Amino acid sequence: MSVLDIARPATDYVAPQKTVAAAAIDARISEIHYGKFLAVRDTNIAIEKNKITGFIGPSGCGKSTVLRSLNRMNDLIPSFRLEGQVQFLGQDIYARNIDPVVVRRHIGMVFQQPNPFSMSIFENVAFGLRLNRYKGDYKQRVEYALRRAGLWDEVKDKLKENGLALSGGQQQRLCIARAIATEPTVLLMDEPCSALDPIATRIIEELMLDLKKDYTVAIVTHNMQQAMRVADTTAFFSVDISRGGRTGFLCEAGDTEQIFHDPKQDLTKRYISGEFS
Amino acid sequence: MSSTDFKQDSGRSASRPPTTGDIIADRVFRGGAYAAGALVVLLLIYILWEIGFRAMPAIERYGFGFLTSAVWDPGQEKFGVLAEIWGTLYSSVLALVIAAFFGVGVAIFLTQDFLDARLAQVFRTVIEMLAAIPSVVYGLWGIYVVIPALRPVAGFLNETFGWFPMFSSSFSGPSMAPAVIVLAIMVLPTVAAISQDAFSLIPYKTKEAAFGMGTTRWEAITKVMIPTATSGIFASLVLGFGRALGETMALAMLIGNSNQISWSLFSPANTLASLLASQFPEASGIETQALMYAAIVLLVISLAVNVVGTLIMAMSSKQKVG
Ligand SMILES: Nc1ncnc2c1ncn2[C@@H]1O[C@H](COP(=O)(O)OP(=O)(O)O)[C@@H](O)[C@H]1O
Ligand SMILES: [Mg+2]
Repeated sequence: MSVLDIARPATDYVAPQKTVAAAAIDARISEIHYGKFLAVRDTNIAIEKNKITGFIGPSGCGKSTVLRSLNRMNDLIPSFRLEGQVQFLGQDIYARNIDPVVVRRHIGMVFQQPNPFSMSIFENVAFGLRLNRYKGDYKQRVEYALRRAGLWDEVKDKLKENGLALSGGQQQRLCIARAIATEPTVLLMDEPCSALDPIATRIIEELMLDLKKDYTVAIVTHNMQQAMRVADTTAFFSVDISRGGRTGFLCEAGDTEQIFHDPKQDLTKRYISGEFS
Repeated sequence: MSSTDFKQDSGRSASRPPTTGDIIADRVFRGGAYAAGALVVLLLIYILWEIGFRAMPAIERYGFGFLTSAVWDPGQEKFGVLAEIWGTLYSSVLALVIAAFFGVGVAIFLTQDFLDARLAQVFRTVIEMLAAIPSVVYGLWGIYVVIPALRPVAGFLNETFGWFPMFSSSFSGPSMAPAVIVLAIMVLPTVAAISQDAFSLIPYKTKEAAFGMGTTRWEAITKVMIPTATSGIFASLVLGFGRALGETMALAMLIGNSNQISWSLFSPANTLASLLASQFPEASGIETQALMYAAIVLLVISLAVNVVGTLIMAMSSKQKVG
């Protein structure tokens, strides 16, 4: 029997009452389509305040799709369609009267591939400040963001240089600095370390642990060890092919400790043990 | 042609050195590529030398004064191209400003998801077709359509804003204004096509980064896309400027061919290329040599624009890479 034949949504494990109360984002997604293709179904998940929530699961199970629907990044894709609600601080961000631009200013994002702008390091970090017409001290704010991203010492003497001239790991930390300079409420990270070497990865993991004091973080990772190292809560996604396509769903979510040591779902158990990936 | 072969005893490995034939093909191809490159450089030097040789008598006779005098009088054998230099630069700069505005606008319109892909392709083709229209057809269109259409507008501007240098003379028909408008349309495809390439080369992840920061579409374009495409846009302007400097036929038909230096768009003027086109057929003796001298001036201006443009681009890309 193939692993993928088991198709049981595990919504009963998601969002017990106490976590919802402390949730920055409470997503109740019943379906996400790309055109006719049902990419994700039955995914209810709460992203708790000042915690790191890790999304794990085999590739193609909709981790990125779900993460990107939390700040309406998927609106860039014309065929994208979501059924359900995503509550951010009590408001449905998919409600008619909500401008996705505003949502993205409060819920920042760091992408899989470092994508600094082709402008100076300083301007990269100041970008969001200028965008939001920030009136305060730019220098101080930029330095603070770069310090938090663990990049200040490496770039303080070359703030005028183009951000693209940095190494991959530095570029990714620059992108993190850019995302946190405006102090958004939530930071979404989609496999932020997948293009990085182990040393840069460690730096960014430490950074995430430091950031959660002030922010709420959700991170997609392909690396279970990374989830164990950084995530407080872990959400395991899986994919089922019972309805024709390959549809992702949230299989199980809970404390990282519990997911990795006492998984309730058979699928989770088998994924954790490395039976499939 | 000795090459080492790391032969293994087992003989099972399929790895072999390239054959003599492969190596010869490689050498021939490389040699051919070098030769073709050298040929282009030689051709440029040959043309410069040939024209320079023919212009020599005029260069010796008129010297630097050729560039500072605005008289072109074959009867008295007095020649100078200051007016033509002015006309060439003035018309090209104005045309480029217009073409830059519309060309970059078109490039943004066609690459930033304002149209669906198929419609954008249709537009793109139509604009590229503008480049296929012969110069003389533009000239005729200028004479029969642009000049009559400009007459009332120019009259109004001159009467109302006559104090402004660009509108300070009455409309003379063939003049700077129709020449600049037609020239701008002729340069537009170059600017539009190359800026489009610059925008299309921006990776999708840059667009995601912009929207991820919470930009509106307008902010993504003005604060991220245009700055990212700057060097490509600049390249399109350098090429467009080069094209404008050398354009001949349409300008000879529209600019009025008069040796005047004026800010006014409504006065006739002249350019180096149209001076060559209009004077050459009847020129002989020292006038031919003076025209050759004028050709060198045009060539030097064009080369200078390209060299300076290339240098600026090289400098800015060096800055980017650190
Ligand atoms: N822009 C898109 N258009 C169509 N299908 C997509 C798009 N992005 C992702 N998908 C599909 O949605 C499913 C989930 O993809 P994704 O969220 O990227 O998975 P993961 O991040 O878990 O690897 C996959 O089957 C993928 O092919
Ligand atoms: Mg993904």
